[in-house]
Amino acid sequence: MSEPVLSVENLSVRIAGLHILQGVSFEVAPTGVTVLLGRNGVGKTTTLRAIVGLTPRNGEVRGTIRMGARSLLARPTHRLVRDGLGYVPEDRCVFAGLTVAENLRLAERRGTTPAYDKVFALFPELDRRGRQRAGSLSGGQQQMLAIGRVLLNDNRLLLIDEPTKGLAPKVVTEVAEVLERVAESVPVLLVEQNLAVVRRLARDAVVLSTGKVAWTGDAQELLLETALTKSLLGVGSEVAESARSESGPRAAQSRTKDGIA
Amino acid sequence: MSTVILLALTGLGLAALYFLVASGLSLVFGLADVLNFAHGLFLGVGAYATWWAAGNLPGAGPGGFGFVVAVAFGVLAGALVAVLVELVLIRPLYSRTIEQVLVTVGLSLAGVALLQATWGADPRPFPRPAWTREVTSILGANVPNAGLLLIIAAVLVLGGLLAFLRFTRYGLIIRAGVENREMVTALGIDVRKAFTLVFAIGGAAAALAGALGGVYFGTVSPGQGGSLLIFAFIVVVIGGMGSVVGSAYAAVAVGLLQQFVNYYGTSGLGDLCVVGLLAVVLLLRPQGLAGKVAHA
Repeated sequence: MSEPVLSVENLSVRIAGLHILQGVSFEVAPTGVTVLLGRNGVGKTTTLRAIVGLTPRNGEVRGTIRMGARSLLARPTHRLVRDGLGYVPEDRCVFAGLTVAENLRLAERRGTTPAYDKVFALFPELDRRGRQRAGSLSGGQQQMLAIGRVLLNDNRLLLIDEPTKGLAPKVVTEVAEVLERVAESVPVLLVEQNLAVVRRLARDAVVLSTGKVAWTGDAQELLLETALTKSLLGVGSEVAESARSESGPRAAQSRTKDGIA
Repeated sequence: MSTVILLALTGLGLAALYFLVASGLSLVFGLADVLNFAHGLFLGVGAYATWWAAGNLPGAGPGGFGFVVAVAFGVLAGALVAVLVELVLIRPLYSRTIEQVLVTVGLSLAGVALLQATWGADPRPFPRPAWTREVTSILGANVPNAGLLLIIAAVLVLGGLLAFLRFTRYGLIIRAGVENREMVTALGIDVRKAFTLVFAIGGAAAALAGALGGVYFGTVSPGQGGSLLIFAFIVVVIGGMGSVVGSAYAAVAVGLLQQFVNYYGTSGLGDLCVVGLLAVVLLLRPQGLAGKVAHA
């Protein structure tokens, strides 16, 4: 396997006395989408926020996070982002009072040329709605703005937290298509609950359960194993059945299985 | 009729003073979540620095261009002190609200004590151009020029702040930071620089209020900042944390209400009505007139 773009070792996060992450270790491959799965409240968002340095001040982070040779812990968030760590948070977090154009302008960085052509090619609507306040966009449009904002700059890794949450099925498909195209050029660590999107995008999967890694390996294989999917993610057999009918030979590419914690 | 016009314009003069103090306070709270009880100190520094400059600084004086130089010196001093306060005292305490309150309250008290120890507790006559002691007749009302000066200054500051927020990169960062500071950081922006800038702007505006307040009241005293700060806080809460425009509306409402009620009711009743207005706004619209958005 080629060098991972991100390696997380023994990551522990304690916030307000709660031990949310307890020795989490995993790697993100330098290409494709690695998906972080798990039931609600197992620490997926906490993991992403710890990587990008956004753990609350009353929190404590231990362990090692490396992007290439560089250690990420203790570096301020804005420096991590400038180093190529793009972050799209849960619930989009667009600036509602600013226009679409201003939201994008805010993401521009001094000394670099923002890739407006690329962003507008992916999301033509953002170009048309430049003067509209971001708060008046639909959920899907806000998600496109949140992703577009990050894609204005070159990234070494994208962290994307539940991009399809609360979106209509048609918009979910559109977002998934865009992420598929994005992942062709930059690796993505994705938190996602929608298993149809996971099935479409993910190559590798890391499953968290109560703050620990419960399973790592091929995402397609995970979705094929009904009992495992049900025990880890709490979803019914119809998901696995659906995955089995669609995934075909990729399911054979299993790598690691650490068992259920 | 002339009485109403006089009351309206003097009320607007008072509103201008409140706005100059409140605008910076509002931006600082909106962006950095810092409840700065030392903001009145910046006003005191501006007033005393202007007073000192008018008598001692070469090129400065109580009239003409010399007075402009003295005020500019006062504004610069206020901005400088604000930047130092942010860098040395506030920056290590971001997200530690209780400690911030303790430090800024302590600094406010220490600052007043320092001004008293240096120049005494008694009000001192403020050097001011002769024309500011005169009045201008507007629709039959003889309006003090000092009040008109305050109104003009506040309008210019409001226009300048809005232009800054709308047309500059740092203005954009501040407007975004008031909405979601964490997300600004997550876009690769060092938001701490914006904090320092906002403190500098707030300090400069408060110092201008100190200098022009000295012209308006005719004296300068160590406790002036503290007493104005109370009304500035009320203006900020009514206007909405982080909103410059909201602060402007709220300042006008508070200034006019105070002036009219004090005149037609009894002296002091206006202050009580202002507190009543604050209570009504908090009950009906807790986020203030303009909410927590830095509108350009």
